[in-house]
Parts: sequence; structure tokens; C-alpha cells
Amino acid sequence: MKKAGIIMIIGSLLLLGLFKFPLWNIMLGAPQYPDPLGMDIYIEGIQGVEEFDIQNIDGLNHYIGMKTIPKVEDMWEFSVFPKVIGAMVALGVLIGILGFLGKVSYKWFLGWFVLMSVLGILGMYDFNLWLIDYGTDLDPKAIMKLENLDGTPMTYKPPLLGYQKMLNFDVDSWPGTGAYMIFVGMILTVVAFFVGKKEYKKSKA
Amino acid sequence: MKKTINILIALIMAAGLVSCNNGGDQKSKKGGQGGLATNAAERVYVAPGEHDEFYGFMSGGFSGQLGVYGLPSGRLLKVLPVFSQNPENGWGYSEETKPMLNTSYGFVPWDDSHHPDISQTNGVLDGRWIFINGNNTPRIARIGLKSFKTEEIIEIPNSAGNHSSSFITENTEYVVAGTRFSVPVPQKDMSINEYKGNFKGALTFINVDQETGRMGIKFQLMMPGFNYDLSHPGRDKSHGWFFFTTYNTEEAHSLLEVNASQNDKDFIAAVNWKVIEEYVNNGGGTKVPANYAHNILDEHTHTATSTMLKEVLTVNPMDVPGAVYFLPTPKSPHGCDVDPTGEYIIGNGKLSADLTVHSFTKMLDAIENKKFDGEAYGIPILNFEDILAGVVKQPGLGPLHTEFDGNGNAYTTFFISSEVVKWKVGTWEVLDRQPVFYSVGHGMIPGGNSRKPFGKYFVALNKITKDRYLPTGPELTQSAQLFDITGDKMELLLDFPTIGEPHYAAAIPAELVAPNSTKIFKLAENKHKYAVLQDSDVRVERDGKDVHIYMNMIRSHFNPDNIEGVKVGDKVYFHITNHEQDFDVPHGFAVIGANNAELLIMPGATETLLWEPKQVGVWPFYCTDFCSALHQEMQGYIRVSPADSNIELSWSLGED
Repeated sequence: MKKAGIIMIIGSLLLLGLFKFPLWNIMLGAPQYPDPLGMDIYIEGIQGVEEFDIQNIDGLNHYIGMKTIPKVEDMWEFSVFPKVIGAMVALGVLIGILGFLGKVSYKWFLGWFVLMSVLGILGMYDFNLWLIDYGTDLDPKAIMKLENLDGTPMTYKPPLLGYQKMLNFDVDSWPGTGAYMIFVGMILTVVAFFVGKKEYKKSKA
Repeated sequence: MKKTINILIALIMAAGLVSCNNGGDQKSKKGGQGGLATNAAERVYVAPGEHDEFYGFMSGGFSGQLGVYGLPSGRLLKVLPVFSQNPENGWGYSEETKPMLNTSYGFVPWDDSHHPDISQTNGVLDGRWIFINGNNTPRIARIGLKSFKTEEIIEIPNSAGNHSSSFITENTEYVVAGTRFSVPVPQKDMSINEYKGNFKGALTFINVDQETGRMGIKFQLMMPGFNYDLSHPGRDKSHGWFFFTTYNTEEAHSLLEVNASQNDKDFIAAVNWKVIEEYVNNGGGTKVPANYAHNILDEHTHTATSTMLKEVLTVNPMDVPGAVYFLPTPKSPHGCDVDPTGEYIIGNGKLSADLTVHSFTKMLDAIENKKFDGEAYGIPILNFEDILAGVVKQPGLGPLHTEFDGNGNAYTTFFISSEVVKWKVGTWEVLDRQPVFYSVGHGMIPGGNSRKPFGKYFVALNKITKDRYLPTGPELTQSAQLFDITGDKMELLLDFPTIGEPHYAAAIPAELVAPNSTKIFKLAENKHKYAVLQDSDVRVERDGKDVHIYMNMIRSHFNPDNIEGVKVGDKVYFHITNHEQDFDVPHGFAVIGANNAELLIMPGATETLLWEPKQVGVWPFYCTDFCSALHQEMQGYIRVSPADSNIELSWSLGED
């Protein structure tokens, strides 16, 4: 299972990209913002695409009573996520090495993938909860209180994925480089599973 | 019948098309529009959202400012305050900018700005800075082309009528400031009758720090008491020389229109500044007492400081042999222009029927062979015939200025005959002439003052507009006219009104400037003494009768917005910091009864307005620059109590 082990190690290591590249990106464009404002969401905190984007997004959001974009210390996720990812990388590399040495079954590769998928889905769920809270828990003293056509208060939750028109803003929410790296990494662990299975069968034969 | 009409219409339309296509060839015909090219509108049209190809910087003349226009559209983009107070943004009114207008005569809130020139590297426009002169109270200003702000103004001592400036050498080594009026040096109480032989004309060479742009007077060449009218640096082969036209070599002091127009030839003074520079670097020259202001606006403190300098280095041309020569030039030459190769020096004798062109090579040769035709105040005069490159015969009446297109053609403006004449450098043959409307002074080709002109357009800068626009009472606008010069014949495309007097202009491809334009000042780099970088630092402090209000602003409020404890007779300083870090979001500040102006504070900057309350009451202040949906709500109150009241200072924001 040498080949499979190596693929597993590479796949796990790709998750390290999250420490360097943004997981998610949300862009806000409007007529008076021909250069859209944007935020890059990292596992360790949120940063503006341009230096002052966060300040300017906060400035705009205060009209509709949204909270300011959370700082690192404002969300437990920013301290927990790096640990979880670090642990998963370590675990993946360990499984890979053990697989390389033939100490564990290729099924462990799939096990890692399933665990990572569950964690990923939980992460997305958490992210969506945050978006909902951010977009709906509005300051009652907000300057502008807008209603939908049916009379319900308007909310400002950005889309989890994709494009949405929100008032005068065009909001785009898409995975960032880090997310693509996880995606590729996780695919590689599945590949490792199949390669390992093949190698196992060959060794049996 | 219907068919016939259709055919007729088709024929007429076809004829129209043909005439459109031929329109360009018919433009030289006389007529009210001077043969406006038929598709001119298309060629100057810059569609909504599109940008112009060039920045055109047109002097504001007697407005003391500098207008920024887009070319070819002719749209006014901005008026940059330079030498005159500008209530629109508080320039010269705010405490930070008042020192910029300080001089040895005290605060001088106006000037007459004439000749802008853009910095160069190797003779090519580099878009770092633009310099402009103030004539009346001799000064040179440097405007940064990142922030489009006047960053520095230096006063010129021993000078008067700072006209033959602010032209720059081809690596921006020097900016010159030549005096139009000769004056006693040092100034003293003496009879004007004793002008001749006693007055001096200072030609000032200001060196420029290549990193910061900071200016300093390197030396003043103390010339005979002529009038030094215009100047131009040598370039390429003549780099290292500077040429100044003179008039009144008669040294008359009264009724100059007659008495200064008697000599058949005046001079172009050719100054070898490299020789003088070397002389000065080796300790030459005489330091003399002087008193002149050097004003600098610091980009981090957003505050100007004015320093009075007490000494200037003067050089007597007699002490530096080989540094200065006179080139005889008919007759009362005004413009002095050097072609992009540096070979030809054009003296536009405004009272001469012809244009005189000197050859730099012949000049050097004559100097080497000492072919002199006498001297004036010890300065050798070269022989007119020995240095003459050629004459453009009877090109028009009243030649003033010449620019070049980089393809071997020259364009000379004629004030009296109100026309622009295109002629060939070398053959001196007139190629084209176009009327202008009216009384053109300078002309300008983007980069026409450099080794590499961008010879696409010629802009005529006109003094009079008479029937060209809707009348606006006795005072009409002045104007600029844009010609396309890419073809054999010049084609008039557009005329547009300008601020003040568009005396001279400089233009540069937008791509060399626009990408560097500052969008905001970083709050984190704001080193203003009174900046309020955090809300927690907002406060009001009393120091005797001075009250300092440390305030900040962001869409859409002032912090604090209510202030009490100010008394009649106090001097209230509003120190306001704009906390925006967003492009194009300045905030204004105006308070009722202020005796100066408003402030317009850029994102990340701090400015101070002095307000002296004279009446008891509760007085509002507000933001003047429409900033957001809640701009109208961006306001506050300041309570003014009687002088003897004992109400404590207090301030608040957002309390019910």
C-alpha cells in the first residue's frame, strides 16, 4: 500500500492550505462600490479583501443594524477550527504512514474521509448558523427597518453559496482557495482508499 | 412619385455622407467655425464611465490655482488650490494650510499662476510632480501628482514678477524662477530714475530632491537689469543649458511700451547651469542676506510649516567665465522654446515679422571661436548671423510661443493675427495655419516641453471669447481650443471654457498618473498633533481663552455632537479627524458664523477650523459634503454662554 499511503499523506497535507488561504469569500458590490467590498473567511479569522473593507462593510451594515464583523476573539470557532484541522491533518498523515508501512487497512483511509466529511458538514452548518444570526439578529435601534412585501422584517443573511441580490448590493459567496484545497485533499483520500484496495487485492493475488 | 422622393432622399443622404467624409479636407476654409471637423464630436466624446486619455493641467492665471481637465473631452475634473485661498475646501483658511501662503510679506492669499511644468526623467514626463509659478509675490509651488495637493511652496527673494518660470531641466534637477521685473538688490529706497545699471535681474535655480521633491534655492544668477520674460531648458544635446528671453534691454523704466521697444534686437540669455553648478559646488558664489518663506505640507501630519530662510547664494555671471552668453534676437522676444532634439532655440520676437531660430551647434561653435559682437555688462554677445539656424518668413503677426509634435513640426501661436501656424523645423516652411478664437497666448502639446512629445493634440489657450459662448455680463470666460494634429492639417475639434486665465498648460497621458492616485490617507499613519484616532480620545479642553475640540467624524455623525461650556470671546479650535477609510468619502465641516470657510477633510486626515463665537446661543455645525443617506443628520450643536458664565466644558454623543 505504498502508493496509497503516499496519496493519503498528500491529501491530508493539502488541508494545511487552510492556514494560508481563505476558506470562503463574500463579495459585496453596489453602484457606488464599483470595486466591490469583500471579506475572506479564514479558519483563524475574517479579513477584508482590501485593507479597509471590513471597516467599510461595518460602516454600511450599521444602517440596517447588523453587528460588526466578528474579530478573532469574538468567535470560539476561530480558536477551535485550527485545532480540528491540525488534528485531522496529523491523523491523516499518521494513517497514511501506517498504511504505507502496511500496518493499517486501506479502510482507515475511507474512515478518515467520512470523519472529515462529517466535520466539514458540521462546519458548514455552523457557518450557516452564524450567517443567519448575523443577518437576522438586528439592532432594534437600526436606522433603516425594511420589510419584505409580505410585511415580515427583511433579513440580510448572505447566501451560503452563490449569488443573491440584497437591496442595492450584489452579494457573491463562494468557496476560497483553502476550500478547493480541502476538496482536492479529500478526493485524494478517497483515491487513496481505492488505490489501497487495488494494491491490497494485488498483494492477495 | 413616392419612389422618386425616396431616390431623392437617398441621393441627398449619400451626398451628406460624402461631404462628411471630405469634411476634414475643407477645414482650412474661413468661416465662423474655422472649419470644424465634421466628426469632431465623436473624436472628443468620452462615453459615460470612460476616462479621458490625457490629464491637462491648465494654469488658473489670475485665479492663482491650477485646473485639471480631461483631454480630449475638455471636462473640468478639479481645481487644485495653489496660491489662492479656496473656501471650497478650506485651503489657506484652515489652521493646517495657512502656513502654505506665508511669505516674507506675511500671509498672501492670492497670486497669478502662469506656467505649469511636469517633472521629467531623461527628458520624458514621469508624472511625479507638477510645478507652477506665482508671478506677483514670486513663488514656486510643487504639487504632488499622487495626492493632487500642493505640497510645497518656496518664495523667491530678490525677484519680482516671477514670470520666466517654472520650467524644469530634463531630469528635474532644477526648476527656474526668472524675474520679469528687475529690482534693486538688495531692495532699498532709491530713485526709480537710477534704474539703468543699478537694478538687477535674478535668475533663480531651485534644485529638487529626487526622492521627496523638496526644493531649495541652489543659486541666483544676478543678471543685468533687463526684463526676463520666458525661459526654456535645453534638452538632449543642449541639456545643461537654460535659455531666457529678454526684453527692455534698453533698461527703460517708464512708458515701456515705447521705450522698451526701441532696440531692433533683444537677447536670449544662454546660461550654462552645469558650469555654474560646478562653480557653486566648489564654494563659488556669495551668500547674501535674504528673507524668504519655505512652506511644506507634510503628508503624515496633514499640516504645513513655514520656515523663513535668511540667506541666499548669489552668483555674478562675470565671476564664471563661459557660463552666460547673449544671443541677439529680434524683437522683444517673448516665448523661448527649444525643440525636442535640443538643437533649435526659437525666439518668438513678438514685434518681429519673422520667427528667429538659433542653432545650438552654431552657438557652441561661435563660443569656441570667440566670435563675439561686443558685450553687455561683461557678458559676451554672439554674432546674430553666426548662430542663426533659419527664419520662418512672415508666418503671422505677434508670434508668442512654439510647441513641437515630436515629428519635426513646430506650432507657433500668433496673438495679433489669432492663429496657430504649423511649420517644419529645418526647412522653416509654413505647412498649415488655423484661426483661433481669440487672441491665443500659449499653445500646448502634451509633453511638448519634453524630449518626447505625445503629438496627438494641440491646445490653444485663448484670452478672449467674445461670441463663442452665451454672454455672462461684461466678464466672459477664457477658453481652450483642442486641435487634432495627427494629420497634415490641424483640425479644430472642441473649445471649452476654463477657470481664470488658462495661461499655459501641461498635459500627460493619464496612464502615467491615474494608477498612482491616492485613494485615502491611512488613519494609522496620521501623525497630526491634534488627531483623534480613537473614540476614547475625543475631548474638549480649555487653555485660557482657547478651547480645543478634539472631534472625529464618520458616516453619519460627529463625535461629540453636543458641546457646552464655550463662552463668548473664546477662540474655539475644531480639530476634526475623518475616520473614513473609503475612497471618495470626504466629510465637510461648517459652523454658523465662522469668519473663514468650511473644512473639507479627506478620509484619514485631520484639519482644524478656528471659530470665534461672538453671540450667546446654541449654534449648529454640520457636514457640507453629501456623504450618505443620513448626511442631513450629520450635525451637532455648540452652546455659547456669556463670557462671565461658569458652565463647565462638557460634551456628549448619542445620549438621550
